[in-house]
Amino acid sequence: MTRRTVSLTRFVRLGLLALGAAIIVFPYVFMLSASLKPPEDVFSASLSLWPQHLAAYENFSKALTRIPMLRILFNGALVCSVIVIFQILFALPAAYALAKLRFPGRGLLFGLVMLGLLVPIHAISIPLYAAAQISGLLNTLAVLIVPFTLSVFAMFLFRQFIKAMPDELIHAARMDGLSESAIVWRIILPNAWPAASAFAIFSVVAHWNDLYWPLITISKTQLATPPLGLLFFRSAEVGDDYGALMAATLIVTLPLIVFFLFAQRLFIEGVTMTGLKG
Amino acid sequence: MPRELATTARILPFDRRERSAAWWLCAPTAVLMLALLVVPTLAVLALSFTDAELGVREFSFLGLDAYRDLFTDRAFLGAFRNTAIYVALVAPASVVLGLVLALLIEAEVSGKAFFRSVYFLPVVSLTVAMASVWQYLMHPSFGPMNLVLKAVGLPGVNWLGSSDNVLIALALIGIWQAVGFNMVLFLAGLTAINRDLYAAAEMDGVRSGWSRFWTVTWPMLGPTTLFVVTITMINAVKVFETVATLTQGGPSKASEVLLYTIYKEGFVYLHIGVASAMAIVFVGVLLVLLLVQTKVLEKQVHYS
Repeated sequence: MTRRTVSLTRFVRLGLLALGAAIIVFPYVFMLSASLKPPEDVFSASLSLWPQHLAAYENFSKALTRIPMLRILFNGALVCSVIVIFQILFALPAAYALAKLRFPGRGLLFGLVMLGLLVPIHAISIPLYAAAQISGLLNTLAVLIVPFTLSVFAMFLFRQFIKAMPDELIHAARMDGLSESAIVWRIILPNAWPAASAFAIFSVVAHWNDLYWPLITISKTQLATPPLGLLFFRSAEVGDDYGALMAATLIVTLPLIVFFLFAQRLFIEGVTMTGLKG
Repeated sequence: MPRELATTARILPFDRRERSAAWWLCAPTAVLMLALLVVPTLAVLALSFTDAELGVREFSFLGLDAYRDLFTDRAFLGAFRNTAIYVALVAPASVVLGLVLALLIEAEVSGKAFFRSVYFLPVVSLTVAMASVWQYLMHPSFGPMNLVLKAVGLPGVNWLGSSDNVLIALALIGIWQAVGFNMVLFLAGLTAINRDLYAAAEMDGVRSGWSRFWTVTWPMLGPTTLFVVTITMINAVKVFETVATLTQGGPSKASEVLLYTIYKEGFVYLHIGVASAMAIVFVGVLLVLLLVQTKVLEKQVHYS
């Protein structure tokens, strides 16, 4: 292989990667561009990215005021963080028991975990909705949280992770007189941190994105999460005001992207470890 | 995987202290499981055999006829077919592209992290938001996609507004979003391949990148590939956000997919019996995909 052919393959490879990257970035570029444009510019059917008249202020103020945007972002952040805290709080002790303790009912519990991995919320949303209605939880933030406090996926992931931990670690803790629940929070949790953070990333991305459950249970704009809020924004809109819509999409997309850019390694590891989940 | 439980447990009486500790640790989760998973699943199963409607007191038990009716229902069959087409469009394309990107990035020395981040962006972008962006991009008259097509002398396409194109348009969005995810999984698979195998292959006369790929990379990547294929298929079967945002199943039901149909039957028309039967079929589809995954993965384990 000569030096020339090597650099030629590299040239082709970089060219392909750049072309692909351009296609991936294409929507973001036009989102940003249209968010700065007044309607005339959008309708003018030109590919120029810079607006003839800057309408950023109009577009972004519409995006922030037509729906209670900041409140909606706050709802999303609150719901996602409370969900992930509860998921870890509930899943970790059970996962530890499944991985390291012997007790009757363990097989059954693990069987239920497998059932849970199979059945997505969409399939059981009708009884869950009925339960929410009876308990008066519809149109509350609680209804967005309660059904997700149980994560069988977290149980499965943590169980695998804890299983790989040495038994000596736990025996030593018992010798020191730690109770089983102290072992969970003071020994297992610090050691399971990589799995917990990977799971947290996975959970936040999934629930920040989820539209199905909020669409069914929330009809008040004040209580919407970002995906639902965006749907409210779209239906409140008259005509094709793409400038304002793109401003709104930019605002709701940005938080997670910024988070990703600052914690890339965590995200990539999170996907690699939780890729199991379909 | 569940099998190993039985084999690792020593045949000894359960330690009392250990047993009660385990039960305390599992109790909260067990209660939640019962309330949020077991009871709802049984309720859906029971409802699926009826013609129950929300707000209507009386309903009758149809038994298996409920499922026979479902499989002769043209709307449901249409949704089934559309979902299958969507999966058939998204899965192969996003898996192959994800693999190609992973191979290109893996071979690249500089710019690895940059490209990885760029391709991963769609995974961390709000689906409903990006669907809105794609709606603008695909607008028939002033959307940038058609403007680009016209600029190179091609006719514009009615992406989302025509029943012939709508699934293709939705699939393009799905592929755009899934590629980076698959790429990351393939990258992890590639790093796990033992470097010595490449050295050994080179000693055996495998010289070109092409034959190196087919003799070492592809066989070693088998489990990863299967994994990525089934995950992508499962995710594609669950397509909902883009449909709910952009087409609501239209035009003329051409983009009615399983989840959207279940949502509409259950929560718009309030036919909870029918919707439950659909939900059971939906879970059945997921079950088949998961079984394929575990069966084939179990076989693969013996080779690695």
